[in-house]
Amino acid sequence: MGDHILEFAHVSKKFRRGELHDSLRDLLPALVASCLRRPRSPELGQREFWALEDVSFGVEKGEALGIIGPNGAGKSTVLKILVGIMDPTSGTKNVRGSLSALIEVGAGFHPDLTGRENIFLNGAVLGMSRKQINARLDDIIEFSGLRKFIDTPVKRYSSGMYARLGFSIACHVEPDILVVDEVLSVGDWSFQNKSMAKMKSILQGGATVIFVSHNLKAVVELCDRAIYLEEGHVQAMGRPSEVVDRYVRRAAAEALVPCAEAKDERIDRVVLRGAQGETSLFRPGEKGFVDVTISALTSDPLAVALSLRDENDNLFFQVDSARLAGIPLMLAPGTSKTLTFALAMHLAPGSYYLNVALLRTDINRTVDQRRMARSFVVHSEVDVRGVANLYPELTCT
Amino acid sequence: MWKALRSMHRHRDLLLMITWRDIHIKYKQSVMGFLWAIFMPMVIVAAGVVIRLAFAHFSAAPLRREDLLAIAVKSLPWAFFVASIRFASVALITNHNLVTKIYFPRLIFPVAAVASQFFDFLIATAVLVVLLAVLGVGASAQLLWVPLLVAILVTLALGLGILLAAANLFFRDVKYVVEVILTFAIFFTPVLYEVEMFGPRAPLLLLNPMAPVLEGLRACVVLHEAPALLWMAYSGGLAALLLAVAVTSFIRLEPLFAESI
Repeated sequence: MGDHILEFAHVSKKFRRGELHDSLRDLLPALVASCLRRPRSPELGQREFWALEDVSFGVEKGEALGIIGPNGAGKSTVLKILVGIMDPTSGTKNVRGSLSALIEVGAGFHPDLTGRENIFLNGAVLGMSRKQINARLDDIIEFSGLRKFIDTPVKRYSSGMYARLGFSIACHVEPDILVVDEVLSVGDWSFQNKSMAKMKSILQGGATVIFVSHNLKAVVELCDRAIYLEEGHVQAMGRPSEVVDRYVRRAAAEALVPCAEAKDERIDRVVLRGAQGETSLFRPGEKGFVDVTISALTSDPLAVALSLRDENDNLFFQVDSARLAGIPLMLAPGTSKTLTFALAMHLAPGSYYLNVALLRTDINRTVDQRRMARSFVVHSEVDVRGVANLYPELTCT
Repeated sequence: MWKALRSMHRHRDLLLMITWRDIHIKYKQSVMGFLWAIFMPMVIVAAGVVIRLAFAHFSAAPLRREDLLAIAVKSLPWAFFVASIRFASVALITNHNLVTKIYFPRLIFPVAAVASQFFDFLIATAVLVVLLAVLGVGASAQLLWVPLLVAILVTLALGLGILLAAANLFFRDVKYVVEVILTFAIFFTPVLYEVEMFGPRAPLLLLNPMAPVLEGLRACVVLHEAPALLWMAYSGGLAALLLAVAVTSFIRLEPLFAESI
């Protein structure tokens, strides 16, 4: 435990909802009010809320820590406190060594300056000295793949080129601790592959990395440890695959909140299982089971439909029970039934969503549905793109 | 205060880069280029000529060459001061993407704003020196006061700029108040006129810390006299105090910047 290069101890951060008094006119009443109130009370004011509450963790040298969680969970607040942009309301932060943050690629680019000029500006902003930038200039330009446009003002760049230049500068800073916020998703896919490879080589070089991402696959692949943050609390910490699993299942449970209106036919439960019970992590080709429990008050002909979508919400697989069994499902009124679909996950590594719908086959209508009922991650050492997995093998002759 | 100085020293490369950026962008897409540096002083001198002609008409005293030279000499530091305050006071807001995304001492922004204006001031000064030489204004040992007076000027601009930059981040109307005051400040400052014109009320005008600086510059450059030392000490003391207060409160408020911007 003594080897922590970075430490968060009981960090809490209070924020205000709504507008602060932004003009002088509002200041006087606010000042009077704050004099009357007890100053710096630990309790929450009426418009205040905890963005982080009692968050503690430590990062060891050379470790890669992933932080995951839904939007508004406090991930960015953690980073901002880490980097020193904000101070915690209570608790302490301890950083030993130089720290560089990639909170947004290309933050601080000036549109009127050329790519080359922005490398110097942004490099200095990220903490490089002029000498260091000069030494790495060629590598940065080479990595960005923008040599032809390097003397063009960046306002003429496409957003992809902009992001590529930003990432190229940032990954050549070589700090003791690198803080990365959702930057692996920039550029076209060949650049994304390149960034991923670069991240891996930075990690292998012994750098300490804090990595915030919605790309669960990248977290599982890159990180040694992960933290799942929700509503300002640490919900889980530990091995990335377990933490990701916990997060994905929690997110799915939330999607399954029953509808307020009582329906005649409804989906009660969706469970995603592997061979060893409930899970949301699969290896390519592994068997997955989807248990769908439905109940009905009527005796209409029903069918359960599963559909799978990728991260970009593209539908790539759909099946329904009526087509699979050849006949619709008939339930006795007031009973429920569980259907199990067995699927072979011949998928490329990535995050996928499972949607479940309940249909009435006689009138051809959806009577109930669970969008994103479950999500799951397929991970593998063999990195292939797309959705299908054709298990490529390479031989040279 | 010393901590601030040390961290500025540590980030000097960045300070240089941001200053360079501010200068570079100003001249990059402009037709006038370096003429910009002397544009505002020229307008001030033109305004001064008009006003002093009117004065001369009423007082029946002829307009002297020294009077015009005095306006020319004072117009440069005044233009520098006004532009510094104008740019420094919005320096944090215009760089808000850096303030909220990346950490480094935010003091760099107002300081770089003043530094880039100082660059213009140097260019304009070079032009003025040539002009004064051509017009036959001689040199004297009194010119040795100039660096000290310029140092007071820069300290004043920095102090006020840093203070306003922080204030403007919390209260956006500061910017408009600053605009109004800067527009009319020239009437309260002896740029187009001399404090002696006010006879016994001159000390009132000299309470404005810019006044002793401008009058001091006129004294040593145009009149080859020593500046009023007591008033200069007053200005210098006030400027140093202002800068100390500004830097201290800026650093104290700094942790709140990112969430208040």
